[in-house]
Amino acid sequence: MTIKSRKKNKSNLWYGVIPLYLFTLTFVCGPLIYMLVLSFLSRAEVWGVEKVFTLSNYIKIFEPVYFNTFIESLKLALLTTAITLLVGYPFGYFMAKLSSRGKKVMMLLVIVPFWTNALIRMYGWIIIFRSNGLLDKLLMGLGLTDKPLKLLYSFPAVLVGMVYALLPFMILAIYSVSEKLDWSLVEAARDLGATRLQAFLTITIKLTLPGILSGVVLVFIPSMGLFFIADILGGGKFMLVGNLIRDQVITTRNWPFASALSVLLMILTSLIIWIYRRVTHVKDLEGLV
Amino acid sequence: MDTILELRNITKSFGKTEVLKDISIQIGKGEFLTLLGPSGCGKTTILRIIAGLEEPDGGRVFLNGVDVTEAEPNKRDVNTVFQNYALFPHMNVEDNIAYGLRIRKTDKKEIAARVAQALELVQLSGYNKRYPHELSGGQKQRVAIARAIVNNPKVLLLDEPLGALDLQLRRQMQMELKRLQKRLGITFVYITHDQEEAINMSDRIAVMRDGVFEQIGTPAQVYDLPKTSYVAEFVGNANLIHGRTIEIKDGVASIEAAGGLVKATVRDKQPVPGMEVTLAVRSENIKLYTCSSQTGIKCRLKEISFAGGMQKIFLQLEDGTEVVSSSLGMNLAFEPNSELYMSFDANHGVLVDL
Ligand SMILES: Nc1ncnc2c1ncn2[C@@H]1O[C@H](COP(=O)(O)OP(=O)(O)OP(=O)(O)O)[C@@H](O)[C@H]1O
Ligand SMILES: [Mg+2]
Repeated sequence: MTIKSRKKNKSNLWYGVIPLYLFTLTFVCGPLIYMLVLSFLSRAEVWGVEKVFTLSNYIKIFEPVYFNTFIESLKLALLTTAITLLVGYPFGYFMAKLSSRGKKVMMLLVIVPFWTNALIRMYGWIIIFRSNGLLDKLLMGLGLTDKPLKLLYSFPAVLVGMVYALLPFMILAIYSVSEKLDWSLVEAARDLGATRLQAFLTITIKLTLPGILSGVVLVFIPSMGLFFIADILGGGKFMLVGNLIRDQVITTRNWPFASALSVLLMILTSLIIWIYRRVTHVKDLEGLV
Repeated sequence: MDTILELRNITKSFGKTEVLKDISIQIGKGEFLTLLGPSGCGKTTILRIIAGLEEPDGGRVFLNGVDVTEAEPNKRDVNTVFQNYALFPHMNVEDNIAYGLRIRKTDKKEIAARVAQALELVQLSGYNKRYPHELSGGQKQRVAIARAIVNNPKVLLLDEPLGALDLQLRRQMQMELKRLQKRLGITFVYITHDQEEAINMSDRIAVMRDGVFEQIGTPAQVYDLPKTSYVAEFVGNANLIHGRTIEIKDGVASIEAAGGLVKATVRDKQPVPGMEVTLAVRSENIKLYTCSSQTGIKCRLKEISFAGGMQKIFLQLEDGTEVVSSSLGMNLAFEPNSELYMSFDANHGVLVDL
């Protein structure tokens, strides 16, 4: 029924979306095409780009230095996604079971960090992680460790920063499907003999899958590119694809190569979204819309 | 008859509203028990407590002699046909029906055979691969029945399982369900709004009102001998006439009502002379005369209507009470606004609310 009415709306109000299409065309498609074209051009000796077709930008990605960055990034992104899912799923799921008052409070708690600039929040982590920082003091105070752990500028620090920054997206995605979940289906499963766990595995997980996947998309994709977290908490020791692209644009000024990297990142992203759509048959990202 | 299911003094409140107040009943093996009552009286809540989806505030639930009040739903040999179907949207019809069997790790071949059998029973053979969103309301309802019945539970709980079906399919499914229930010997606890359905299918009917059982009895008992005015109206669409007993002789009470005199057979409970009483008389048992006789109440004919082969005559007694008389076929003997006398046989008058 909703599909029908949506279609109707579309046919009646097609002229209303013209500005939207124009906007998209200019500010989304335009730059994308520009980037795609750029990625097949060569770098000029001194400055800018030469209009000579080449595939070398793409081939360059597979040079060990750059390729390792990709692998490293993927590893971090996968870990970040896995941890946010493990923490965010129960969080979002039980949040949806709260009373409407409880939901509002929790929602506020999840959203409050966004009121502060992300960069500043990352500096907050420095205070916690640095040698003889809060964490070290706490652990040593408790007698769990006897010397500073040197956590800052390590992989775990970057991971924690990523998880911290992206967890709300996972929570909100899971919460939004769990809220719409028809609990009577879980009851029906229990009535048909399923234990709590069986009902969860056969019904709840399946029905919240769109939320899981959109959470994964919302976390995985940015975690490939959030270079400032790797900078601040990794101390420049960690290069992510995001860092690489930034450096290629700003420092090295190899725009064609930066474009090629970006295109590859976008292909990866599209691939994930394509999988998402295949699995869920849903066009919109749950939790985003 | 062996008792398979017993509810003992069940109470349940949601917040401040008391939804069930001291519900007790014993249900026999293979019995077809119907819960009949208006919307919101607590029927679904009773089923949920039996299924284990809701915990009662007080009282006990016994299944096959075992106290299951605290048992998990999956530990009870009970299946439910839910009022809102609750079909799994991500599974096709076949997988929905097979769900319970798969959970119990039934042999694959047996699952296939039983699913096919269940589909045939609900007349949905060939719909195996359809998804719930591709089914009509009635078809969903039938899948829900198949999904529950395929498990062959000791007790099957059905929450208005035929509510979404058209009259013809409804009648057909009523017969099918009844036949199946007899054949398999499954105990049915069945909810319906429809008194006709209740009377046609049940071994016993429990008439509910505001969280209590008003009367539990066979269809004949509930229909012909209602204990309360509520049951008389709800099940038998009976007329209620208020009066005062004059005398009781040979098991028959003479009652003065609305300026007339009527007689009613006295049953288990005895009224005393001079007592205010309420009489229930079903409309088909009311006879009309143009002249007064020894018994009868004067009334005025307000309106005549004709529907479904039945003529309904709407009357008003002198104390304002509205009474309906019905009969088969047309009878053109009476004019609107004419003065008539209504009467009925003593054994058709039932003293209620005693
Ligand atoms: N989870 C709940 N929370 C609060 N109130 C509830 C809840 N479930 C049921 N009720 C209330 O309990 C009462 C009985 O509900 P129940 O569903 O048992 O009625 P019912 O007899 O099945 O009605 P219907 O014929 O309309 O299905 C209703 O007044 C309903 O509003
Ligand atoms: Mg109900």
